[in-house]
Amino acid sequence: MEYEVVIGLEVHAELSTKSKIYCSCTTEFGGEPNTHACPICIGMPGVLPVLNKKVVEYAVRTGLATNCHIAQFSKQDRKNYFYPDLPKAFQTSQYDIPICSSGHIDIEVEGRTKRIGITRIHIEEDAGKLIHDDQQSASLIDFNRCGVPLIEIVSEPDMRSAQEVIAYLESLKAILEYIDVCNCKMQEGSLRADVNLSVRPIGQKEFGTRTEMKNLNSFKAIVRAIEGETKRQIEAIEGGADVLQETRRWDDVKGISYSMRSKEEAHDYRFFPEPDLMPIVIDDKWKQEIEESLPELPEVRKKRYISEFGLPNYDASILTGSKVLADFFEEAVKKFENKKAVANWIMGDLLRLLKEKEMEVEKIPFPAEYISKLVMLIDKGTISGTIAKKVFEKMFDQNRDPEIIVKEEGLEVLSDENTLVVVVKKVLQSNSPSVEDYRKGKQRAFGFLVGQVMKETKGKANPKIVNRILKEELEK
Amino acid sequence: MEITKNTIEHIANLSRLDLTEEEKSMLLFDMKQIIAYMDKLKELDTSKVKPTAHVMQINNVFREDKSEPSYPKEKLLANAPLSEGGCFKVPKVVE
Repeated sequence: MEYEVVIGLEVHAELSTKSKIYCSCTTEFGGEPNTHACPICIGMPGVLPVLNKKVVEYAVRTGLATNCHIAQFSKQDRKNYFYPDLPKAFQTSQYDIPICSSGHIDIEVEGRTKRIGITRIHIEEDAGKLIHDDQQSASLIDFNRCGVPLIEIVSEPDMRSAQEVIAYLESLKAILEYIDVCNCKMQEGSLRADVNLSVRPIGQKEFGTRTEMKNLNSFKAIVRAIEGETKRQIEAIEGGADVLQETRRWDDVKGISYSMRSKEEAHDYRFFPEPDLMPIVIDDKWKQEIEESLPELPEVRKKRYISEFGLPNYDASILTGSKVLADFFEEAVKKFENKKAVANWIMGDLLRLLKEKEMEVEKIPFPAEYISKLVMLIDKGTISGTIAKKVFEKMFDQNRDPEIIVKEEGLEVLSDENTLVVVVKKVLQSNSPSVEDYRKGKQRAFGFLVGQVMKETKGKANPKIVNRILKEELEK
Repeated sequence: MEITKNTIEHIANLSRLDLTEEEKSMLLFDMKQIIAYMDKLKELDTSKVKPTAHVMQINNVFREDKSEPSYPKEKLLANAPLSEGGCFKVPKVVE
């Protein structure tokens, strides 16, 4: 039987506020254990939490950027469960009135646009970090992360493949980066995704039973987990077994998921309104202020790159997929017309070098204008394309102006006729077999000879002039 | 809503409470009375009343997003029955 996979996502994004959600401890990542903690975030009795205003603002920003309805009146609730990473024995979250609801974002998969619904976005607090000590059969707790503000973005079960999930996550990540509410570092856990997945025979209207998978901290792990869990569920159904509604933990090293909580009652959260925190009212004025502060969003920017700069859809998608990269590109083409050439250098050599050196886009080691200077040197015919690649690498490694590199290292194209005639003659003399071949009609020998001249001039010879002189000399 | 001994045991388990048989029957008696009182309240027509989010009529109590020095680690750990390497130490929890 043919099956279809149905996926919805719960994305947790740590907000990039300076302080925690209910106290003034820093949200900075890392630090010695329990040095970013206080009586409020470690849940001492009698303390009074006070909501960080920025948290509400960031949630509204995200809601507006994802076409959500913003609740005028909203409140916070206690989600009760016992686990030592949350010392109060409840998580302050939102239950029935989240700040944002009923939104959507559009994703693009294989050239087609698809709308993914966003059910809700609510605010909540992060938990501490547990370190398991197998030898002592004890667990150690670091509360530095406890109380760091999160938004949880819940999607509709609208995705049908791992590819759509990745496209959705990439769009969402780009939006969060653009509106500057989350730094989206998956390796530091500031963006985490839980995958709700079920399968059903193609054509069936009802959803199958879903499982929720946790512990997915990279796009690659998400793809592998989706593939693994899809296979597991289909095999269960084909084997006549039931898929249980449960939370499963993905082990990316072993490539399997396993059941996390067997007890059904673990999901009995007994939500109730948080009496220590007052309701949140977002009036039109506040909403409008936030709306006006939103920057240009990735979708809009992409369309502008296509219409204004004449870039192909593919280039526009790559460049606007990261705010840093798009800003860098715009800085480079600010006073420069050859936008496509700049885009090519960024998407080609720049991204390749960053990847090779395992560097983040934020760490591009030279100013954007260097790229336009480099393209200008090529366009004016000062350097050849081959040399330009070498100049680019130097520019990247040493953060040096390409004009200076070219000047100091004498890399300008060699166009002087007299010099080139001497080189050509020398090459013809020492490669007489190839000269013979050429005269017998072997065209390939000509290319070889051009290559030898280039080699002799360290790639600097002007190819047009070399071709001409070579032809003249060979036909003498 | 019917309150049985099972309900009491379920809630006690969620709250990590270890109850004696005697405590269970006392709690069963109390909780039955509480729920009966709530059922009585349900007789009122509240269809036109907004759910109460908070008993006080105050909204938007916020703090500005400013970070300040945290507590000394030693003070935080002072009441912990066990600690190690600056961490709170608890019996091993398994997911």
